[in-house]
Amino acid sequence: MSDAILQTVGLSIRFGGVEAVRHVNFTLAERELRCLIGPNGAGKSTLFKLLTGQLKPTAGRILFRGHDITGHHTHAIARRGIGIKTQVPSLFDGLTVHEHLWLSARRTHPAERTRAIADEILERIGLTAVANGAVGQLSHGLRQWVELGTVLAGNPDLILLDEPAAGMTHDEVARTAELVREINRTHALIVVEHDMQFVKMIARTVTVMHQGAVLVEDTMDRILKNATVRDVYLGKHGGS
Amino acid sequence: MSGRRWWKGSILTTAAMVLIALGVPQVVDQFGLLQLTVFAAMCILALSLGFVWGYGGILCFGQSAFFGLGAYTYAVTAINLGESTVATLLALVVPAVFAALLGYFMFYGRLSDVYLGVITLSVTLIFFNLMNSTAGDAYRVGKARLNGFNGMPSLPTLNVPGDPGRLLDPAETFYLVMACLVIVYVGLHVLLASHFGRVVVAIRENEARCELLGYDVRLHKLLVFTIGGGIAGLAGCLFANWGAFVSPNVFSLTMTSQIIIWVIVGGLGTLLGPIIGCLIMQYLATALGTQQLANTSLVFGVIFLAFVLLVPRGIVPSLRRLALRA
Ligand SMILES: Nc1ncnc2c1ncn2[C@@H]1O[C@H](COP(=O)(O)OP(=O)(O)OP(=O)(O)O)[C@@H](O)[C@H]1O
Ligand SMILES: [Mg+2]
Repeated sequence: MSDAILQTVGLSIRFGGVEAVRHVNFTLAERELRCLIGPNGAGKSTLFKLLTGQLKPTAGRILFRGHDITGHHTHAIARRGIGIKTQVPSLFDGLTVHEHLWLSARRTHPAERTRAIADEILERIGLTAVANGAVGQLSHGLRQWVELGTVLAGNPDLILLDEPAAGMTHDEVARTAELVREINRTHALIVVEHDMQFVKMIARTVTVMHQGAVLVEDTMDRILKNATVRDVYLGKHGGS
Repeated sequence: MSGRRWWKGSILTTAAMVLIALGVPQVVDQFGLLQLTVFAAMCILALSLGFVWGYGGILCFGQSAFFGLGAYTYAVTAINLGESTVATLLALVVPAVFAALLGYFMFYGRLSDVYLGVITLSVTLIFFNLMNSTAGDAYRVGKARLNGFNGMPSLPTLNVPGDPGRLLDPAETFYLVMACLVIVYVGLHVLLASHFGRVVVAIRENEARCELLGYDVRLHKLLVFTIGGGIAGLAGCLFANWGAFVSPNVFSLTMTSQIIIWVIVGGLGTLLGPIIGCLIMQYLATALGTQQLANTSLVFGVIFLAFVLLVPRGIVPSLRRLALRA
């Protein structure tokens, strides 16, 4: 497993009576793009919170490039090279778009290079026109891109995207898919998304979660034909 | 907060402060000069909380703890050494170190904001009670008697470094205090414009996002709190000098609530605000002190409530918004 960027072993977290993530064994290769799907409450966002140290697992381990990062502080994990776009965009509402990118890039770059990176990313996410506007005023779709750009500016090796296409128009969704494929040329990604059109545009391997556990892991085509997955989405598998 | 307007404002303010510093001794009498000296020292104290609370987002109800610690450190050291230079330096360092220790406990212990307020307030009141109970000959540090609630009178005032016999006269002291105020003001501006300062502001906006970007929130808050403690200590040292006297009142509830009122009235999230708020309230306190019509604490309480309810942003941010709209 030396070429795995991320590996979880028996990863679990329990909130009182609910086991939101149940014994998840998950492996992601370097520069892999993985889609993570599953019905509401399946534990996808909770898994992301475990991976980024926002929650501490009740059991199991997380290995990032072979280093055990289980229980490490969020900022220390980020420094190792994991970036995340959260489900509800987590932004600095009083700051401008440019300041977001600046803060993210500046941690690892000198001032001059930071400015260049910020301009480059603004171009890439198409937000140059609103670069100096406060982020609090932007629409949900644009906020998604600001957060995506902020993550990109930090250039983490592994990027987690939690519902990056939510609240976007059809064109914006297509643009986001293109962006994700472009990022994937150099970075490993895990993408959580409910929008199946979007998933079809980017997916190769798909992991399906249900009630905290991994249900299946397969190619997109076979997942779409999988009867169990269909049942889960239609709610026939509830209460097992 | 970035951009040209911000710098323009701060350069104007700095220029105004330098002009006042140079001009005032020519036009006011001795009494006025002393008055302005203590005002300026208090402005430094106001800036310390304006930085810690307004930018660091740290709810500190006990900024007077560091102020008082600076004042007492100066008093004890100056009496023992018979000269002021080392005493002044220690008055900066001791409160800063104390703030670092207290901050470590609070931020690395992940205490919530409400507890920060309660703990900092408790700390200053503990100092208040502690110093009040040091009456009698048993309580001395070297040559310095602490004197409990009576305070420590006749402190050696500032001398020219290296020449304990050459004391600063009132005009020189005023220049020095104004120089400290300008340095603290400009220094905080430069700090806030730096990488560190921008992260501090970002933490105030969204702690979780800062962590996710790889910034250690606890460390940044600790540094802000420590710097704020050092600045408050400097203000305490200058205050002790001004009256050649220090008493436990520097730690009192009145003292610590005053600082909060200055910052609220002047405006959170600015550096000019705390200075303006401090000047207005100090002027009022002096004016009220010389008459018998109304109780000062009562008037302060009413002003505080009025601001919280009617001008919650404070004077400076409100005026800025008006200016932007015009
Ligand atoms: N802090 C918490 N305390 C208690 N229960 C929680 C907590 N966080 C999540 N849960 C529960 O864990 C389960 C998984 O939640 P999670 O947010 O991970 O689902 P999800 O797969 O991201 O769903 P969605 O697609 O709706 O975003 C849910 O049942 C949720 O109620
Ligand atoms: Mg979710």
